[in-house]
Amino acid sequence: MSTASTAPRRRLPLTWLGLLPFVIFVTLFLILPTMYIVIGAFQDRSGGFTLQNLRDLNTGTIPSSYWISIKISVASSALGCLIGFGMAAAVVFGAVPKAMKAPLMTFSGVASNFAGVPLAFAFLATFGPVGLVTLFLRNNFGIVLQRDLGFSILSFWGLTVTYLFFQIPLMILIITPALEGLRREWKEAAEVLGATTAQYWRMVAFPILFPSLLGTFALLFANAFGAVATAIALTGSALNIVPIQLFAQIRGDVLGNPNLGYAMAFGMIVVTAIANIVYIWLRIRAERWMK
Amino acid sequence: MSLWGRLTGWIVLIFGLTYFALPLLGLTEFSLKARRGVYSLDAYAKVIADPEFQATFGYSVMMALVTIALGILIVVPTAFWVRLKMPWARPYVEFITLMPLVIPAIVIVFGYIRLYNTSSWLPLTGSIMGTNLLLAFGYTILALPYMYRAVDTGLRTIDVATLTEAAQSLGAGWVTILGRVILPNVIPAVLSGAFLTFAIVIGEFTLAALLDRPAFGPYLQRIGANKPYEPFALAVIAFGITWACMGLIQLVTRFSKHSKVAR
Repeated sequence: MSTASTAPRRRLPLTWLGLLPFVIFVTLFLILPTMYIVIGAFQDRSGGFTLQNLRDLNTGTIPSSYWISIKISVASSALGCLIGFGMAAAVVFGAVPKAMKAPLMTFSGVASNFAGVPLAFAFLATFGPVGLVTLFLRNNFGIVLQRDLGFSILSFWGLTVTYLFFQIPLMILIITPALEGLRREWKEAAEVLGATTAQYWRMVAFPILFPSLLGTFALLFANAFGAVATAIALTGSALNIVPIQLFAQIRGDVLGNPNLGYAMAFGMIVVTAIANIVYIWLRIRAERWMK
Repeated sequence: MSLWGRLTGWIVLIFGLTYFALPLLGLTEFSLKARRGVYSLDAYAKVIADPEFQATFGYSVMMALVTIALGILIVVPTAFWVRLKMPWARPYVEFITLMPLVIPAIVIVFGYIRLYNTSSWLPLTGSIMGTNLLLAFGYTILALPYMYRAVDTGLRTIDVATLTEAAQSLGAGWVTILGRVILPNVIPAVLSGAFLTFAIVIGEFTLAALLDRPAFGPYLQRIGANKPYEPFALAVIAFGITWACMGLIQLVTRFSKHSKVAR
């Protein structure tokens, strides 16, 4: 084994062999399966090339499921960014004691990984028909969540509020370093030049943070768009979003056309890929200031 | 900081913390309500005594351990090799390891089902053992971004080239170098990757459900539809496990900071 690196005479280009296990594994269990789906999206039943599957995405319940998925993802990422930014800013800029930063970051690490079935149960137990908050509001104020406030946990807003539980922590984890990267000198320089706090934020801090903010928004969007387990455990099949429909399609070909299923999966890849490309591109831009 | 700023900060933070506390409170409270009128641990007792819980939980723990072993076997040599011999390949390898974050898990498993079905060249889903293996491979792919980043960060803190040369001049082969020199040096990083993998695998739903394996995630979802209080007790347990894993990561990172010689 060691001859490849110690032999000084003639170097055969064998170093790439070290990557072989990784490359084979990733090809077999990540790239080939994905390629299979992508290629299948452009094939008809007999294997010939077609764009009909992509056209068929515009039929039946599929467009509405994409639309509602995108709406939930946008709503939960926008709110997640806003609230996460507020919480991170409160800690970083010293509105609250600095000692709260470490516990908040640790908790964010936990909560951003607490997605899936258990998260759905937590929200059912709290905002569901006999949940803690539901009962509290009904018994003490006579407010019935669904009737008086129009809020049901099995709805668009229900799912959005549930997704926030992993969206906000993710935002906190990503934006805190960016906020800490804002140098004190920049603020002082702005003040010396006569800027007010509002001007400093509008003309200095915000433009610097903007790529980070937008990039994180894209990441949160992809995160919400691909979430399957939380949605299934919470709503069953009550809410017609893309991952739930795809899940049903994989289980039992409910669309009656396997290639249409591939096209749906391909559509998911396209949406999350765009979001991630936006994230990566903006993060590179943001890092110019963070050196 | 102005009074106004302080006030806004506190309001935002308290609002956020209330949002996080309520579901956890609601979940815990509900899981204790199995006996009418009083709080009790009945739901927990019932759940833990349920043979299906023991079976599925054991299965998922087993899966997590296999996934961690696979992850270490694939990631450590690869990250080491890239750092030592092929630094130019790092961006590409890193890009590939980030792909599981871009491609939704449900799409990957969809590909597995079609690519490795009984009539394919590698009929993994044809047998139970094969499907188990496929699930473990899938989990390894899902954990790849976290595992690779953790190990690569760990390797950055040590002098890979010098350690390798020192070991080589003492006559060590690659297996010895990896197993007895590199791995012990990045153990804290490997452990944080491992705990994160554990937290991901233990409650994972999509892959296990679609490959039809008796794992903890699908079991949780199934009894959620059928039983009144037990699912909530299970969710508390699942949250406890996630919390424990994250706590262990913190502990390991802190421990590793102290164990390093001051330069």
